[in-house]
Amino acid sequence: MTLIDHLPVFLIAIPILASLLILVAGWWDRRLCYPISLVTILSQFGAAVIILAQVMREGTVRYYLGGWAPPLGIELAIDSFNGFILTTILLLSAAAVIYARRSVEHEVGPEKTIAFYVLFQLLVTGLVGMTITGDIFNLYVFLEISSIAAYALIASARKPRSYLASFNYLILGSIAGGFILIGTGNLYAATGALNMLDISRLLPASFELATVHAGFLFLVIGYSIKAAFFPLHIWLPDAYAESPSAVTILISTVMSKVSVYALFRIIFTIFTTAYIVDVFPVTGFILFIATVAMIAGAVIAIAQSDLKRMLAYSSVSQIGYIMFALGVANQVALEGGILHILGHAVMKGCLFMVAGLIIYRVGTSRLSDLGGIAKVMPISCAAFALAGASMIGIPPTIGFMSKYYLVLGALEAGHWLYAAILLLGSLLAVGYIWRFIEIAYFRDGRDRGSGAARTLEAPASMLAPMVALALLCLFLGIFVEGLMEIVGPAASLLLGGA
Amino acid sequence: MRRNVIIKTVSRFLVPFIQVYALYVIVHGALGAGGGFQGGVVFAASFILMIIAFGLTCVRERFGYRWIVMLSALGITIYATIGLLCLIPGGNYLEYGSIEAALGIPHLHGYLIDAVEIGIGMTVMAIMTSIIYDMGDTGGESP
Repeated sequence: MTLIDHLPVFLIAIPILASLLILVAGWWDRRLCYPISLVTILSQFGAAVIILAQVMREGTVRYYLGGWAPPLGIELAIDSFNGFILTTILLLSAAAVIYARRSVEHEVGPEKTIAFYVLFQLLVTGLVGMTITGDIFNLYVFLEISSIAAYALIASARKPRSYLASFNYLILGSIAGGFILIGTGNLYAATGALNMLDISRLLPASFELATVHAGFLFLVIGYSIKAAFFPLHIWLPDAYAESPSAVTILISTVMSKVSVYALFRIIFTIFTTAYIVDVFPVTGFILFIATVAMIAGAVIAIAQSDLKRMLAYSSVSQIGYIMFALGVANQVALEGGILHILGHAVMKGCLFMVAGLIIYRVGTSRLSDLGGIAKVMPISCAAFALAGASMIGIPPTIGFMSKYYLVLGALEAGHWLYAAILLLGSLLAVGYIWRFIEIAYFRDGRDRGSGAARTLEAPASMLAPMVALALLCLFLGIFVEGLMEIVGPAASLLLGGA
Repeated sequence: MRRNVIIKTVSRFLVPFIQVYALYVIVHGALGAGGGFQGGVVFAASFILMIIAFGLTCVRERFGYRWIVMLSALGITIYATIGLLCLIPGGNYLEYGSIEAALGIPHLHGYLIDAVEIGIGMTVMAIMTSIIYDMGDTGGESP
């Protein structure tokens, strides 16, 4: 056993210790919180990259906590699918924490700084735990850790509306948590196992039981609430729009993605395609709802008058694209879906960073007040345009690549109508992205135009992650071949192949 | 403020017994039913009884916010540190047997489990008490 073999548990244990260190060091000096948090998340990201490389080289990495093998103990299992998700969420967390420093000073206030970084660290830890665990009950435990941290973080903006948003999310999140717990219990009752691989091995014997059907529905609905899948998205717009910018970036890019990951894991790894195609056919229904989500989310986004709220509804639409892959459920579409998890995280992270910068400098995110903003914030608006192009799906960005694979997959499965609607959804994305571009570049500012030489561009610690993500939208699209070497095996793994 | 002599006297009499029972439950966790979480909750129950009998402010003066944060942080640190210590002799995280085998002390893994349970108990007790404080708190004004 070398140190590298212990990396999976370091990913969880070290950040929990770090969050305590932040708490204690924060008493000593409040300025110590940020560097500790930054170093921890960056080293987590480094560890995730090493693990992903190891997985691609040697296959699934398994770690038995306490040395107890699965039926008795809890295991951490990292394969190409969750290794990819793990790297994605830690990349975005690192970008968010770099961005967070100024945003926290501005929006959270000095007396809550320590609590903010502690909760931020715990939220990331919970999400990492959800991603790498191989145990379905452990998944629930980490879900609750991340949720509780998220409720408090959303409320930390100290506005009445953010308290309301946090409370609404608390209620819906608790309902979701209850559903997930019931579903987990049903699976345990049917199989007597909590390890994901064990359940998937034992479950086919009881596929016809009503307990299993009920458990499946509870789990899917529970995680759909957490992932903000269309009709269950009502907590999302308020939570995204009212929380501090750094929190919005983290929860919009990472949190709902991890719930989507859990859905993929439960549907494909635990229940397997045999169940969702033959025994309990739900793929057609999910495909239909996902298509409705794409269109409805985009239409509501076009109708918004607030930038952050518009981006929040755009997220509802984009979750629809990822669930579309789940509905089509063939190799090519799943590749597209997994690619879109990364792609959407990168571009939405960038877009929310721009919105956060605008709030930081201008103090509002109402679209009608932002006329001519591109004159004073040229870099931010250029980043918005680039990430927006990716959101629309203009080649050669990452957004184009994932949608290309989704459409190919849908055509391969014979769903040509759904493929056409997906393209229509991209057209609607032009509607809301172009609206901001038009206001920012072509409309005259009301009073900012006079001080033409004045620039409102934000500090480098906020600009750097934003520009990096914007460029990543482009480069990931150009060098998509490298990504496909990870995504391809991940998709075939989900479908039960090697 | 309540001036009920019976409640105060009975509480004063009961609290040590509740706490000793809590410690028993915590230490028993390695061998049978019980453990850090349950014991921590029982320990916190003794504080709740004191709050009911003597009032929130009285208990808070003796066991304040700093104590709660320090105890909860210390508890998790004990847990995580022992877990990480198991890596040194080459075991997995929380694989107590590896330390026992490396040092050659019989039944060491049992003591390590006890230490971990005490850590969990401290954290649970502190957090439970802080929840009661927050529930009893009227938002800055004195009750």
